[in-house]
Amino acid sequence: MAKKIRQLAIYGKGGIGKSTTTQNTVAGLAAMGKKVMIVGCDPKADSTRLILHSKAQETVMDKVRELGTVEDLELEDVMKEGYGGVRCVESGGPEPGVGCAGRGVITAINFLEEEGAYTPDLDYVFYDVLGDVVCGGFAMPIRENKAQEIYIVVSGEMMAMYAANNICKGIVKYASSGSVRLGGLICNSRNTDKEKELIEALAARLGTQMIHYVPRHNQVQRAELRRMTVIEYSPEHEQAQEYRELARKIDENKMLVIPTPLEMDDLEDLLLEFGIIEEEDESIVGKAESA
Amino acid sequence: MSEAAVKKVTETTPEEVARIKDWINSEEYKEKNLARQHLVVNPAHACQPLGAQLVAHGFEGTLPFVHGSQGCASYYRSSLNRHFREPAPAVSDAMTEDGAVFGGQNNLHEGLENALALYHPKMMAVFTSCMPEVIGDDLNAFIQNARNEGIVPKDFPIPYANTPSFNGSHVQGYDAMLKAILQYLSEGKKVEGQDSGRLNLIPGFDTCTGNYREYARMLKAFGIPCTVLADISESFDSPLDGTYHPYPGGTPLAEAAEVLNAKATISLQALATKETVKWLSASTEAPVEVLKMPIGVNNTDALLMKVSELFGKEVPAELKAERGRAVDSMTDAHQYMHNKKFAIYGDPDWLIGMTSFLLEMGARPHHILCSRVHKKFSKEIQKVLDSSPYGADCNIWLNKDLWHLRSLVATDPVDALIGNTHGKTIARDLDIPLIRVGYPIMDRVNIHRYPIVGYQGTINLVTWIVNSLLDQVDATCEDRNFEMMR
Repeated sequence: MAKKIRQLAIYGKGGIGKSTTTQNTVAGLAAMGKKVMIVGCDPKADSTRLILHSKAQETVMDKVRELGTVEDLELEDVMKEGYGGVRCVESGGPEPGVGCAGRGVITAINFLEEEGAYTPDLDYVFYDVLGDVVCGGFAMPIRENKAQEIYIVVSGEMMAMYAANNICKGIVKYASSGSVRLGGLICNSRNTDKEKELIEALAARLGTQMIHYVPRHNQVQRAELRRMTVIEYSPEHEQAQEYRELARKIDENKMLVIPTPLEMDDLEDLLLEFGIIEEEDESIVGKAESA
Repeated sequence: MSEAAVKKVTETTPEEVARIKDWINSEEYKEKNLARQHLVVNPAHACQPLGAQLVAHGFEGTLPFVHGSQGCASYYRSSLNRHFREPAPAVSDAMTEDGAVFGGQNNLHEGLENALALYHPKMMAVFTSCMPEVIGDDLNAFIQNARNEGIVPKDFPIPYANTPSFNGSHVQGYDAMLKAILQYLSEGKKVEGQDSGRLNLIPGFDTCTGNYREYARMLKAFGIPCTVLADISESFDSPLDGTYHPYPGGTPLAEAAEVLNAKATISLQALATKETVKWLSASTEAPVEVLKMPIGVNNTDALLMKVSELFGKEVPAELKAERGRAVDSMTDAHQYMHNKKFAIYGDPDWLIGMTSFLLEMGARPHHILCSRVHKKFSKEIQKVLDSSPYGADCNIWLNKDLWHLRSLVATDPVDALIGNTHGKTIARDLDIPLIRVGYPIMDRVNIHRYPIVGYQGTINLVTWIVNSLLDQVDATCEDRNFEMMR
């Protein structure tokens, strides 16, 4: 019996740092000797640039556009190997405002399966998914027999937490019919007040864990300027150590749960408790300044 | 409105019509036509869900269930209906605008509940039209939710396949649905270390009910118990007895569930069973053999010898005698087909079998056209062509349509076309006989009842093809050549 490939999907609010976190974590796993593939599921196609040191990888949908059909596409046209032997594929998609990027994700993943990209020597597949799950196509990575574990990147900002809670609602829908589970929240710090405690509290309410608190550090940006992960750019740096720690925790993670998303009021109570929002004065709602 | 008030935009004179009519037969037009990329005219393929529906009809008590738009379901039904002249009962969950926005789960749930209550199937085979594929509906999750919510009983069989129409053709849809059904039914049924002594036979996307009966007859002669997987022979060719039977035939579900316990499996269409065969080979230690569709003597020999080898039984004397009769019929007729050029078009597996038969007759497959196929296919068919000197100078046209074929035949003529009804406009325009084989045939009767496989099928093909050529001679020859004897 061949060992099972662990497949993980990374979700989170747009701009939260999913791609950066994913690539640094994957670099950490690769440094541990793990064989990893990253599948970028975002039309922006920026899920692999730090691993490949490239501006933008040619995507599956770029090639499909060029050839006019997915049938003549070969795996080596779209799969590149980067740092630590990490294999990289970007689904890509149409220009903003036209076509259907969700279908692009479905087409790309079907293509990878048909062409045998999921080789048994892989330990991990990471799906880096567009910020907000906007349609069924972006949930493709968590369909049955694909990603079984989801990690949500979050920070102490209100909208990021709203998004995390919404993603949990989506997970519940899929978890009730399949085996997909939440592996934890990754706090990508924005240096907001009591951020660590807040995310730990949110995780507890959701029935999961904050698997790691990644502190904010400019070293990440310095590495990104050279299109590198921190782990490759400065392996001795303390920030590299943080990502290695996150990689190790994910590798050892056994806590896979069906989350218990919060009702809107409960989430607001939590935010109030930590002073992220203030109690609303209902008596002034809708009144103009001059009134 | 008076006639004078209608102003014609351009005046097309009879001379101009005649000029264009000639021009579309020219080399110049052919070049323009072959350069055409973003438009398909008269395609030689259908879409994935149609193949999926055919498979569903091939199982006992199975209701084909289209998750998607109603019009799509009507198309598959009417297409099958026109070919077989039999009803092709299927349901759809009729997704509309709201389904497109919110996802089709509600449609699917309501549809499953209604279909179960109204049509009492033993199994529902769910497959998709374009719309749910574009919006990314997750069939697995939807069906699991239907079970959890008590909409359908927990153990009611509902295999499902994703069959986007905008990808591949009916051939891939056939494969996807067949694999899904077999996977579902055989789950947990594998018995280690023993086999049932049966043969699984997978004909592939084959709409000739006569072929299914021919397979059954040949294996009966061997005395080998056989399960034909996706057996549509009764479903589309059941006796008229005055009563409507919604599910008149199909492979028994209990038999299909034993697919992994068979002594061996033979698939007769490599491309139409690619995924199914891949799954079978990985799931059972029993041999899984992929042979060419047994059209012509060589391919039939290969099938019978493989069966003989797998089951350790001699080829029965009656089949050997039939082989002799087939060879005799070919010998009697070979002078009429020898060196004649043919254009053939249709499904890839069928084309490989037909090419092999034409070469046996000393005929020249001159244009082979397949409209949705991977480029690897040309290597496969080239191997067959290379086996005979008559295969030289053959043109293989991949991912072209029948409007392309018209240009090809107009500029580089053939003696006859072999293919489905859609080629009849070419036959009429260019005055070439069309021998109707394949899918769909909707302008002639009963052809699907006659086998084209096996030795019997070989005799049928010789008969149809040669007699068509002779009819053409009689219809066009000069009076002095109009002979009683041919």
